[in-house]
Amino acid sequence: MADQTDIPTAGNNTSFLAHMRYAIVSNPVTLLAMTLFSVIILTAVFGPYLVPYDPLASTSQALIPPSWQHWFGTDHLGRDVFSRVVVATRLDLTISVSAVALSFVVGTSLGGIAGFWGGWLDSTFGRLMDTIMAFPLFVLAMGIVAASGNTVQNVVIATAIINLPFYARVARAEVVVRRQAGWVQASQLAGNGPWRILFGRILPNALPPMMVQISLNMGWAILNAAGLSFIGLGVRPPTAEWGIMVAEGAGYIVSGQWWLVLFPGAALMLAVFTFNLLGDGLRDIVDPQRRT
Amino acid sequence: MNQSMHTPSGTGQPNGSAPTALLKLENLSVDFQTRRGVVHAVKDISLSLVRGETLGVVGESGSGKSVTSYALMGLLERAGRVSAGKAVYTGIDLLPTQESTMRDIRGREMSMIFQNPRAALNPIRTVGAQIADVLLQHNQCTRQNARTKAIEALKRVRIRDPEQRVEAYPFELSGGMCQRVVIAMALACQPRILIADEPTTGLDVTTQRAVMELVRDLTQANGMATILITHDLGLAGEYCDRVAIMQSGQIVESGSAVQIFQHPTHPYTRKLVKATPHGASHVRDLLPEQIIPVEANERNTATLEVSSASNTQHRVPVLEVIDLKRSFVGKRTLADIVARRPTASFEAVKGISFDIWPGESVGLVGESGCGKSTTSSMVMRLLDPTHGSIRFKGKDISLIRRQSFVHHEMRGALQMVFQDPTDSLNPRFSAADAIADPLKRLMGMSNAVQIEQRVMELADMVGLPGHLLSRLPHQLSGGQKARVGIARAIASEPELLILDEPTAALDVSVQAIVLNLLVDLRIRTGMAYLFVSHDLEVVRLMCDRVIVMRAGEIVEQGVTAKVLANPTHEYTRALLSAAPRPPAAPVAPDAQNACVIESETNHA
Repeated sequence: MADQTDIPTAGNNTSFLAHMRYAIVSNPVTLLAMTLFSVIILTAVFGPYLVPYDPLASTSQALIPPSWQHWFGTDHLGRDVFSRVVVATRLDLTISVSAVALSFVVGTSLGGIAGFWGGWLDSTFGRLMDTIMAFPLFVLAMGIVAASGNTVQNVVIATAIINLPFYARVARAEVVVRRQAGWVQASQLAGNGPWRILFGRILPNALPPMMVQISLNMGWAILNAAGLSFIGLGVRPPTAEWGIMVAEGAGYIVSGQWWLVLFPGAALMLAVFTFNLLGDGLRDIVDPQRRT
Repeated sequence: MNQSMHTPSGTGQPNGSAPTALLKLENLSVDFQTRRGVVHAVKDISLSLVRGETLGVVGESGSGKSVTSYALMGLLERAGRVSAGKAVYTGIDLLPTQESTMRDIRGREMSMIFQNPRAALNPIRTVGAQIADVLLQHNQCTRQNARTKAIEALKRVRIRDPEQRVEAYPFELSGGMCQRVVIAMALACQPRILIADEPTTGLDVTTQRAVMELVRDLTQANGMATILITHDLGLAGEYCDRVAIMQSGQIVESGSAVQIFQHPTHPYTRKLVKATPHGASHVRDLLPEQIIPVEANERNTATLEVSSASNTQHRVPVLEVIDLKRSFVGKRTLADIVARRPTASFEAVKGISFDIWPGESVGLVGESGCGKSTTSSMVMRLLDPTHGSIRFKGKDISLIRRQSFVHHEMRGALQMVFQDPTDSLNPRFSAADAIADPLKRLMGMSNAVQIEQRVMELADMVGLPGHLLSRLPHQLSGGQKARVGIARAIASEPELLILDEPTAALDVSVQAIVLNLLVDLRIRTGMAYLFVSHDLEVVRLMCDRVIVMRAGEIVEQGVTAKVLANPTHEYTRALLSAAPRPPAAPVAPDAQNACVIESETNHA
């Protein structure tokens, strides 16, 4: 039955949107993930303009529990927790997106090259990645940020470095599988040089599994950035950032002021959850085989 | 050839309900739930099977022949559902049967052999252990005598040294051996029905013969009944008593093998019988009468003769291969270094020489592992030879390394059509992108309008309808994908086209169309072909000369008709005699019976 293609199909390049809609609607989990993702993106973009209070302004109304006035309550300096959680979205998302983008580009290129040419290149890159993996990743990130300076930029770089091996390995495996495929030989016959074959032909075909990796890593990257600021590296107070907020609120749990920690923690969890859910949906969208 | 095969049991009524029927399918229908709605894969089919007979179920891909057997064995995937009908096995209807009961029936009463023997065996367990599993599952042996029983099972499928083989892992055995092990597993519990789903596809022709003869002999010796599911009408014709032809989920005709071949009544059967290459046929005979392009038909014979007659002219051969060798060196291990022995190497091609003249079609024939693919890769400059030279139009191109040849001016003149049309197309490229690729890279075309025009032209040349150009490979049928592959290969107007088993993955009727297309293209463009194949019948149709390879060496070469009629080498003779020989087709097809059969492209 697989061969009976005489049924008219809507599948060509113009119907990518239609396919995207299908992928989203056919899988309720994808729909949920996409909805949450849109909420997070919108929050990051418009949040700072919509929040009711200045996230950095201290007031005398410290440690007020959630109320109609302050939805998520106020912290020890009287700052509105809701405003701070919303404003922090942009920073956390920026850190994780740029870190993931960086490690995706570099990791995929290194892994693709290693897999495509093999030999000593493969061995060298492989051992390099093994070396990175040999460290406890969070400790490595701590070390990088501590050594290179306490800035947001360095947090991004550190997060990118610890995620590098995952992309390199996935890309290498996907390239090795496809390197000998008939269509790769055919594109060689059609006059394509090795670079074009690797980056223009093989790697785009490796996108579906890479997408799953990306969405998982986004979650980790957010956690990582929050974790670094939790221990005082990277972003510094009074900047609104989920990790810092959790760190600052941690002391108040004992005395019953749970809202300082709960809301930024919940935001963090929701973001990680969304990215993890998103993986399968993204894969379905970029996979041409699903475009029946 | 074996007259006893076509005995009374076979000549019974098609779909007849003989009282001794072991298995009866009554009005079976199977539906699949898909994204585009319900697909009726099997529509209301009825079959019966009696003891000791071999029933062939023949159809092209998508005809529902495998689905029928899966439904019977209760192995349908989750989207599939038997929507109507019964499958009565010795009085019990199998379809409503509980899974736990089916598990007992599968293997003990009904067994199945699958297409790819390597995939059907667990790679990390010995074959003996895997046979023992089946026996233990059905309480046919105890842990103590499992080994002995496994050896007996191997003995029955005529594996030599079964005592040693029982400890072998699947990767240590050849494809044919693996298929024997799979058969041994299937027959270990002495089932009464054996379902063989394309048991020899992917095996060499001599191995195919050995496996099929084994299946036939065991069927007769054990009083079993066998259902042979195949796309190869010739194979079914030789080994089956009765044949049922399936087309899009329905049985269109069934009867004895002789009857099907000599008096096919249904138009589809007639088309299949016609499309199956056999000794005397001409490539034009494979097609239904209506779709033969008349002008091509007239010109064809003349041109073919011209091309082979002009060989002796003083022109330069398009390709000269001189003493070509290629060896593959294994990884140098520590043990090699310690023992100071040379690294293990394997010589795939051991010094072969041949030439191809302009416009000529040369067949390169041999079984898997004979070095024919290595040879074609070297000629294509996808692989560097270890020794020898390849002269293309008098210029030695073996000195140009394969990495640099990609950008060489001769790249466009040497092109190839790959074996598997699916594997040879980038899954992310539409048909138009695939055809445009060589135009952009090799022909230096950059004007989008010009490219589109040329793509349309090429698509037209290979008979690919324009509206399919925007489709991705998985939205095309096998034949359409083959056309895209051919269009891409001829886009740069090559002078030598290597065809690596271009029809091996295609159905016979599609094969017929593609072969004719290739003949037409050669007439139109004057390309030379190197036709790599294991199928002598196809080579007979397509090639002026043939080269027979075995274990990296050329054992025989010469004019096709002569070599195939009077083979001098024993290996050529073995190859020729291994090809299935179905009952002879009708001598003169009745012209007025010819009915309108849509070509493969028409309903695409």
